[in-house]
Amino acid sequence: MPAAAIEVRGLIVRRGGRLAVDVAELDVEQGRVTGLMGPSGSGKTTLMRAIVGVQRVAGGTVTVLGEPAGAPALRRRVGYMTQAPSVYGDLTVRENLMFFGRIVGVPDATNERVLAQVALGEHRDRLVRDLSGGERARVSLAAALLGRPELLVLDEPTVGLDPVLRVELWRLFKTLAREGATLLVSSHSLEEARHCDRLLLLRDARVLFSDTPGALRARTGCDDLEDAFLAMVGAPTTARAA
Amino acid sequence: MSLHVTSAVARRVLAQLRHDRRTLALLILVPALLMTLLRFIYDARPAAFDHVGAPLLGLFPLISMFLVSSITVLRERTNGTLERLLTMPPAKLDILGGYGLAFALMATVQAAFGCAVAFGLLGLDAAGGVWAVGMLAVGNAVLGMALGLFVSAFAATELQAVQFMPAFLMPQMLLCGLLEPRDQMAAGLRAAADVLPLTYAYDALHRVSAGALGGRGAVDVAVIVAATMLALGLGAATLRRRTA
Repeated sequence: MPAAAIEVRGLIVRRGGRLAVDVAELDVEQGRVTGLMGPSGSGKTTLMRAIVGVQRVAGGTVTVLGEPAGAPALRRRVGYMTQAPSVYGDLTVRENLMFFGRIVGVPDATNERVLAQVALGEHRDRLVRDLSGGERARVSLAAALLGRPELLVLDEPTVGLDPVLRVELWRLFKTLAREGATLLVSSHSLEEARHCDRLLLLRDARVLFSDTPGALRARTGCDDLEDAFLAMVGAPTTARAA
Repeated sequence: MSLHVTSAVARRVLAQLRHDRRTLALLILVPALLMTLLRFIYDARPAAFDHVGAPLLGLFPLISMFLVSSITVLRERTNGTLERLLTMPPAKLDILGGYGLAFALMATVQAAFGCAVAFGLLGLDAAGGVWAVGMLAVGNAVLGMALGLFVSAFAATELQAVQFMPAFLMPQMLLCGLLEPRDQMAAGLRAAADVLPLTYAYDALHRVSAGALGGRGAVDVAVIVAATMLALGLGAATLRRRTA
């Protein structure tokens, strides 16, 4: 078994008086695309924030690439894309990438590489606020890719994208993993589970399932991953999760 | 200290302003227009124009940079870019330094244009010289930037941030001695004025409008610098890498 890029032990996070994350033990394998799935409010974003080290936690440890989460040495090695596009609306796509690139310390020429990766080359001189929601999300993703981080934590990167772009992005994620990066990608769209090497299902702050998509199918007896997921969370399989 | 981070932040803030032509135009033109207004309010009393004009010219950048920086940083706090920046390598003080540099440059343009109009066209006179007024204006702008950055931590919305101007700066404007000499005020207010940074900003400007900056003026400048450092330090403390 490959080494774990992320090790979570006894993690407790409380937000607004309620338990947001309660994970006894969790490992995310290196060099794989791990899908973090679960209904909204299940704790996906909070868990990701704890892994990136921006979340105040009530207990437990999170070890990322051998260092405690949020350690200064990790700031070059981890790329984080928040759920809401965290880019500057009043700058062009290129100005955004130039800024974040200089902050990370990569040459300006890197911008063209990440622009091509997220298929935004033709929009490079447009103001980000004039782009569609999906395009803005891709600018935010591009910024996370700039320093070729070893670990990418991506919070719903494919939300609001058309099916073609969505498949292209998942292909990109697989390529990055093949090149050695570890990806933790959240999504509430269960049809995306099939693109992942490993699945992590969260529900009510807890890990419900952590294994391969194949194992999920075998365990629930459902061929369709969406049905399998619904079977896991105990919802009627004819209804869609929110 | 990392110069490339500071310069990247400064260039970004300036690029944002460049895309916002109207704000840029307002920042540069409004102080000059207000000085013109003042000139004709005191049409019959040129000495009074001199007395009020130089201090106001040197305080305008403080107010505008307070507003611009509190809104800019508040946006950065609410749109997630600050959180992203704080997951990246730079030190907080390098980021703040970038803000300081950008707003100081902006204030230099603002003060230069304001001084050119006031001293060149409107006949404003300051015994201490145009340069002294201009330099103090830029220093005050950096103080305004640092204060705006600090108070932005206490605003959840832009509407709240704007209200900090009347809530936080107006009392200082009223107490600094511009309206009424401080020794005429109630003792409690005088004591309050003594610990407010705008008092020293006004005093320094008042001194150069009447003569040279002098030793007392140097103390005023030192207080302005110290207050800026304090506000920047407090501002840095409000940039949290880890939040609830």
